[in-house]
Amino acid sequence: MKHITRKATRHVNQNEGLIFEKSSPGKAAWKLPPLDVPEVDTAQLLGSFERKDLGNLPEVSEIEIIRHFTRLSTWNYAIDLGMYPLGSCTMKYNPRVNEVVSRFDGLANAHPYQPEKISQGALRIIRTLSECLIEITGMDAITLQPAAGAHGEMTGLLLVRAYQQSKGHPRKRILIPDSAHGTNPATAAMVGYAVENLKSNAQGMVDVGALAAQMNEDVAALMLTNPNTLGVFEQDIHKIADIMHAKGGLLYMDGANMNALVGKVRPGDFGVDLMHLNLHKTFSTPHGGGGPGSGPVAVKKMLEPFLPAPVLMTKADGTLGFDYDRPQSVGRVRAFYGNFGMFVRALAYTLANGPEGLRQTTEDAVLNANYIRKGLEGAYDLPYATPSMHEVVFSDKIQAKKGVRTMDIAKRLIDYGFHPYTTAFPLIVPGALMIEPTESESKEEMDLFIEAMRFIAEEVEEDPQMVLSAPHSTRVSRLDEVAAARKPVLRWKPS
Amino acid sequence: MPYPSEFKYTKEHEWIKADGKAATIGITNYAQESLGDIVFVDLPKPGSEVTVGKTFGSVESVKAVSDLFAPASGTVAEVNAELATAPEKINQDAHSAWMVKIALKDANELNSLMSAADYEKFVAEEGGH
Amino acid sequence: MRYLPKSPADREALLRAIGARSIDDLFASIPPEYKLNRNLKVPRQMAESEIVDWFRERSRENGDGYARFLGAGAYHHYRPVIIDSLISRGEFLTAYTPYQAEISQGTLQSIFEFQTMICELTGMEVANASMYDGSTAAAEAVMMAVRLTGRRSVAVARSLHPEYREVLATYGRHQQMPMTPVGFAENGRVDMKALEQAITAETACVLIQSPNFFGTIEGVAAVADLVHKQGALLVVSIAEAVSLGIVEPPRQADIIAMEAQSFGVPLGFGGPYCGVIATREQFVRQMPGRLAGQTTDRNGKRGFVLTLATREQHIRREKATSNICTNQALVALMVNIFMTIYGKVGLRELAKQNLAKTAYAAQQFSKHAQVLFGDAPRFNEFVVQTSESPQAINSRILGHKIVGGLPLKKFYPELGNAALWCCTEMTTRTAIDTAVGLVAESEGSARPGAETDVEEVTR
Repeated sequence: MKHITRKATRHVNQNEGLIFEKSSPGKAAWKLPPLDVPEVDTAQLLGSFERKDLGNLPEVSEIEIIRHFTRLSTWNYAIDLGMYPLGSCTMKYNPRVNEVVSRFDGLANAHPYQPEKISQGALRIIRTLSECLIEITGMDAITLQPAAGAHGEMTGLLLVRAYQQSKGHPRKRILIPDSAHGTNPATAAMVGYAVENLKSNAQGMVDVGALAAQMNEDVAALMLTNPNTLGVFEQDIHKIADIMHAKGGLLYMDGANMNALVGKVRPGDFGVDLMHLNLHKTFSTPHGGGGPGSGPVAVKKMLEPFLPAPVLMTKADGTLGFDYDRPQSVGRVRAFYGNFGMFVRALAYTLANGPEGLRQTTEDAVLNANYIRKGLEGAYDLPYATPSMHEVVFSDKIQAKKGVRTMDIAKRLIDYGFHPYTTAFPLIVPGALMIEPTESESKEEMDLFIEAMRFIAEEVEEDPQMVLSAPHSTRVSRLDEVAAARKPVLRWKPS
Repeated sequence: MPYPSEFKYTKEHEWIKADGKAATIGITNYAQESLGDIVFVDLPKPGSEVTVGKTFGSVESVKAVSDLFAPASGTVAEVNAELATAPEKINQDAHSAWMVKIALKDANELNSLMSAADYEKFVAEEGGH
Repeated sequence: MRYLPKSPADREALLRAIGARSIDDLFASIPPEYKLNRNLKVPRQMAESEIVDWFRERSRENGDGYARFLGAGAYHHYRPVIIDSLISRGEFLTAYTPYQAEISQGTLQSIFEFQTMICELTGMEVANASMYDGSTAAAEAVMMAVRLTGRRSVAVARSLHPEYREVLATYGRHQQMPMTPVGFAENGRVDMKALEQAITAETACVLIQSPNFFGTIEGVAAVADLVHKQGALLVVSIAEAVSLGIVEPPRQADIIAMEAQSFGVPLGFGGPYCGVIATREQFVRQMPGRLAGQTTDRNGKRGFVLTLATREQHIRREKATSNICTNQALVALMVNIFMTIYGKVGLRELAKQNLAKTAYAAQQFSKHAQVLFGDAPRFNEFVVQTSESPQAINSRILGHKIVGGLPLKKFYPELGNAALWCCTEMTTRTAIDTAVGLVAESEGSARPGAETDVEEVTR
C-alpha cells in the first residue's frame, strides 16, 4: 500500500467455529438449585406431549461460551471502536450510565402486569420521558408503544387513517417523496394505503409545484423526512404544510433525522401534525447489532383520542396509572407498553444533557457533517449544492469513470479502520455516498476519515484494482452473496 | 450481442417468440446485464392467465427485484423448471433461458412490439444516459 | 457536555475550515420564524451521580422483594450472569446492523447459531433473526399465511393471549382480513367443534397458542388435521419458550410465532422482548425479518451474510413482506447465550422444575379453590377460580409482599372470579405455601374435586 493507514492495522485474531462444533455430551454451563417441591413424573403429567429429546442443542461449559462469544465479538466493528459514517443512522455514543440504570432491580425485574401501586417508578419514567419528547418535538401528546421506527410509522399511518375516517372518509393515498427510506412505502401498504410517489426537484427537495398538483381530497397524508435524506432542510416547509392542510391532509414527519433539529427547531412549530422518533438514533440507545429500537409517535391534539391504548394518566389520588377506556383508539400495536428498557436509556441521555447539552449536541452534529463536506469536496462529486445539515451526500460519479463504484470505495474504507458510509441510498442519487458523522466524532477521528477518503480517491486514479478487490485486511474477504441467495443455508446441520 | 430477429421485444426488456398459437417468453440480454447475478425467478403456475402489459412474475438479484411484464395475453402452458434450481442460466444465455410458454389469446398483440432492430436502437439510447 | 469530544478551540478550527463565521451560519436554512430562541423545557443537566440517584429512586418506587405469580406472556426466569457480561461488550452492544458482512461476522455468526437453535427447539426448518415480540410476530405470521394461501379469512382461538389478539386486530383491520374467534372447551383447549365450523374455503390460517393463555397444552396434531384438510395453514404462537424444554413442539404447524423473552431477557416492565418466526423451508421467501445465511468468501473461507434481502423494505419497498427494519438483535443475542448455557440437557431440567413447581402449586390451591382446566396437561400456568374476587385477594396479599395471579374477568367474563397464576423455577415453596394460605382465608377448607396429590418422589 502506498499510503500508511494511521488508524487501523492488522493483529492476530482468534478463529472460532460454530458453537455446535464444540459440543460434547456431558459438558454443562448450567446448574439448577435442588427442587423444594416434590419431583414430578413428566410422563404421567404430560403423556404423549412429553418431549424426550432436544435434538442438536449444544452442551458446552461456561468458559467455552465466554471464549466463543468474546472471540466472535472481536470480529465486529462497533461505535466503541470508531466512527460509523452511516447516513440517517445517527451512530452516536451509547452512554454506559444508561446501561447501569436500566439494570436496577426494580426496573429490570418489573412485570408489566404488576399492580400500579408498585409500578410508580416505571410509570414516572414513562411520564417524564413523554414530557421531554413532547417538548422537544413541539407536539401535544405521544405514544411510546411502537417498538421501532417502522413500527412507529405504521402507528402514525393508523392514526392518520382513524383521523381521516372521523372526518368522513379515510382517503386512499399517501404521498411519499422518491428520496424516502424504504420503510415509508412498505408501511403505507401495510395500512391499506396506495403509495403515490412525489418527485424531488433539481435541488433534491420536495417539488412544491408537483405537491400542489398531486394533493387532493384523496390523499390522506404526506410522509416527509426533514431534513431530507440528502441532509437538507426543506425550506418551503410552511408552503408544504399549508398545501396539505388546505385540502384536509396531514403532514407526517419521519423523525429519523431529528439529530439535526433537537433544541434548534421543533417540527410541531413548522406544521407537522404527527411524527415518529427513533430512540436508537437521536436518543443514544444502543444499536446492538440491529436492535432493539423504539419508535414513539408524537401527535398534535386532534390526533390524541386515536392513540394506541392504554394511555398514561394521573389518577384522582395523584398516582400514575394506565387508562384503557379509549373508545377511539386505533388499538394496540404490540403487547404491553413498549420497549421500556429503551425509555430508561433515552431518558438517562436526556437528563445527562439538559437543555444546553441537547442544543450543543445538535450544533456539533451539523458542524461535523459540514466539516467533512468541506474536507471531501473536490475529491468526490457533490450532486446537490444545497447546504447540508447533519449529513451530506456525495456520489461516485468521478470514480465511476475508472469503473469504481460507491460499494467498492466503502469496502476499501474498511481497510482504513472505518465502517462504510451508507451506499446506494437515497435512490435519487445514483452511486450515493451518504455520510453522517454525528456529534460523537472528534476532530481527530474526522481528520483520519477525511484523509482515508482522500487516499482512496487517489488510489482509484492510480491503482483502482486495490479498491475494487477491497477489503484486504478483514477476517473474511468479500463474501459470495449470490450463492447465499441462490441456495440459502440458513442453519447448521450435523453432518 | 445481436438480438434474435425472430423475437419481438417490449420496452420492459422482455422478448417473445411466437409459434402459431403458442409463444415463448424470456428477458433480454440487456435486462440480465442490468440485473447482475440472478438469484431467484418467481413465475406463475401453468394454467394461470397473463394479461398484456401487466406483471406476471419477478426476477431477483441480490440487491434488486424487477417485475416481469407480459408481452402478450394468454394462458401459461409450461414453466421452465430449470430456472427454479439454476436461475443463473438467464445470465449465461438470456435468449435461450426461456421463462414461460403461453397459449396466445390474440397473436395480433405482437404487432405493436419492437423488432430486433428497433429494440437494439432503443437499448442503445437507454444505455447512453 | 461530557459526551462531546470537542474543545472550544476545536469548534473554532472547524468553523474556520468550513468558512462559517458562527454556528448560526450552518442553521441558516431554518426559516427564522421557526427557530427556537429559548432553552427546551426539559430537566436541567444532571451529573452522572444524580442520574444514578434519580433512577435508583424510581427503582425503589417500583417495589422490591415481592414474590410474583404473574406470567401471561412475560416470565420470570433466572438470567445467568454471563449473558450481561457478554452482551455488554462494546463490539456487540454498539455494533450496527450487519449489512457490511466483512466487519460484522460476530453478529452474523451469532444470528446463524440463533436461527439453528430455534429450528431445533421448534421442529421447524428455518427461523428468522427476530421480530419485535411475540404479539407482532403472531400478527406478521398471520399476514404471511394470507400471502402464501391467497385467502383472506383467519380463525383465531380465544385462548390466545388477549393482547396478542388485539394486536392482530389492529394489523388486520386495514388488510381486509375478516377474523373469526373460536372459543375454548371445558378442558381449556380450543373447541374442536367450533373450530371445524369456523374453517371455510376462504380460511388462510388458524391461529392458536400452545401452551395457551391458560397454560394448557393444545392438542396440536388434531387441530392441524382439521386445518390442513381445508387447505389452510396452522400458525402456532408460543409465549412461554421454556415450555419447549419438556413439551413436544407443535411440529405439525406451518408457521410458529414465538416470544423468546423467557430465554434470558429481563422482564423490564414489558420490553424490549424477542419475537421469532420459524417455518418450513418452502415458505421462506414469504417470511418477514432478517435472515443470516452461510456462504464462502473469495478464498473459500466460511462466512455469514444477511440474505434473501429482496423480501425486505429497503429493496421491495411497498411490496415488501413487512416494513420491519430494526429488529431485536441484542435481545436475540441474550436468548442465544441463554440457549447455549442451558443447552440440550439444561433446558429440559429447567422446564421440569417449572412443571414441578406449578404442579405442586395447583395441587395446593385445589384444596381451597377451583383450579380450572384440569383435564388437559398444562405447563407452568393455571387458572384459579375463587369466591372472593381476585382483585380483592391480590390487594390483601400485596401487603404480604406477594403479587397474585392476573385477574381474568376483563378478558374472559364467563370465567367469573378467575385469575391466571404462574410458577417458574424462581418461585419458592414458601411463597407458594404462603400464597395458598392467604387465599384459603377467604375460600375456606378442602373443596370437592381437588386435584389428587402429586406423588412425592424420594430421591
